[in-house]
Amino acid sequence: MTSALPKIRIRDLHKSFGSKKVLDGINLDVPQGTSFVIIGGSGSGKSVLLRCILGLIIPDSGSIEIDGENILTATDKRREALRGEIGMLFQNAALFDSLPVWENVTFGLLARKRLKRPEARDHAGTILAQVGLDPSVGDLYPSELSGGMQKRVGLARAIAATPDILFFDEPTTGLDPIMGAVIDGLIVDCVKKLGSTAIAITHDMASAQRIGDEAAMLYKGQLIWQGPASSLMNSGNAMVDQFTHGRREGPITMELRK
Amino acid sequence: MLLNLVARLGRATLALIQAAGSLALFALEGLSHIVRPPFYGRVFFGTFLETGFFSLPVVALTALFSGGVIALQSYTGFAQYHVQSAIAGIVVLAVTRELGPVLAGLMVAGRVGAAMAAQIGTMRVTDQIDALTTLSTNPMKYLVAPRLLAGLVALPLLVLVADVLGVAGGFTVCVMKLGFSPSAYITSTLNSLKAIDVTVGLVKAALFGFLISLMGCYYGYNSKGGAEGVGSATTAAVVVASILLLAFDYLLTDLFFSQ
Repeated sequence: MTSALPKIRIRDLHKSFGSKKVLDGINLDVPQGTSFVIIGGSGSGKSVLLRCILGLIIPDSGSIEIDGENILTATDKRREALRGEIGMLFQNAALFDSLPVWENVTFGLLARKRLKRPEARDHAGTILAQVGLDPSVGDLYPSELSGGMQKRVGLARAIAATPDILFFDEPTTGLDPIMGAVIDGLIVDCVKKLGSTAIAITHDMASAQRIGDEAAMLYKGQLIWQGPASSLMNSGNAMVDQFTHGRREGPITMELRK
Repeated sequence: MLLNLVARLGRATLALIQAAGSLALFALEGLSHIVRPPFYGRVFFGTFLETGFFSLPVVALTALFSGGVIALQSYTGFAQYHVQSAIAGIVVLAVTRELGPVLAGLMVAGRVGAAMAAQIGTMRVTDQIDALTTLSTNPMKYLVAPRLLAGLVALPLLVLVADVLGVAGGFTVCVMKLGFSPSAYITSTLNSLKAIDVTVGLVKAALFGFLISLMGCYYGYNSKGGAEGVGSATTAAVVVASILLLAFDYLLTDLFFSQ
């Protein structure tokens, strides 16, 4: 019975900003241990969906369950505890620029007093090595790192507390194709090693296929397709096919002012 | 036409009330986190150093020159009536009651309040505040509460230094330039000074420190729209803090010294 319970279950999720509907009745089940990719164009609601699951945005209605517990009705303290089981890689890494890399990586562990500072320093070295960075990088500040290195440090921070759930917001945006593939490889390795459930949002099709087991497409606040990530390029859905192949003509029209 | 004007006035009034309410709630939440664990001592200490120690040179110079200017200006007026002996008293009262807290406050608002708004604003627009939340850290507790406390504690200490240096500025001008007797100047200063003068100055400083930090944190925390938003937040933090500081200065002066 318990094994059938999805790790993340979303039901009839709605969110509007003023008169603009951003999420319009999202229903989604993400089974334990699955790497789930959500694709969609800019402004389709991907980031808002992720932020709702993280509790950074409060939806207008609907439910979001993690292990069967509705996080929207949980107390602040419980929600904070649940966040301890979640790791997040932000689009621009969102590293704390006033802290050295090693403190960025172990910030969550230090905040929850799971490690003391000298132990945290050593632990950061180990985690940095897992994402292919030399432990000496720990002494640098984020502004001294390249974009690819910042992403890797962001990944190290996301996995440092061995979370049950990992979120990736546009993990390859702003990176060259080779570095993008490196980051994707690291993400796949980390997710497998931790046995975590992962949700990634992206509009990079190569990345989506490398990272994902399952995929779904979000369009105008609704999930219009869901299936194996391997079938993204030949989904049989005209909208998905237009998006994944980057075709100008098709059912998706861009509203451009002439 | 008239209806439009009334509607505009109404909208502006509502917006002002909403902003005041939002600021009050923000301040209360920040204050509540000062007394509730966990405490972030490192953040507090860093901000305290930035506010108190690294503002020392600018506050010291401002106080020193202001004390000297008051002595000079008072001399040009008082000499006509042969009451130059009152200058030491004028300098010490002006510095401890008003110039020390107000000038130190304005300097710190420009230096530290702006930096707080820019730092927190940048964290907001680059998702660092969201990242804090995802790492189970309450941003109000981590970013705001230590800064409010640092402002509250650091400014009175700065003002104590400003008081001493302001009096020293007046002393230097009177003795070196105007030919006053050093011992007579010091005696006159001590005779004019009462504990309430310094105490009220320090109370003002604590309130100003809190207001400066509050404005820096509030505008930074609520900034949006990238670099331009951070710039606007920084400007607003300094301008509003400076105006509030002068308004509260008047209110406190009226409260303590109007009789």
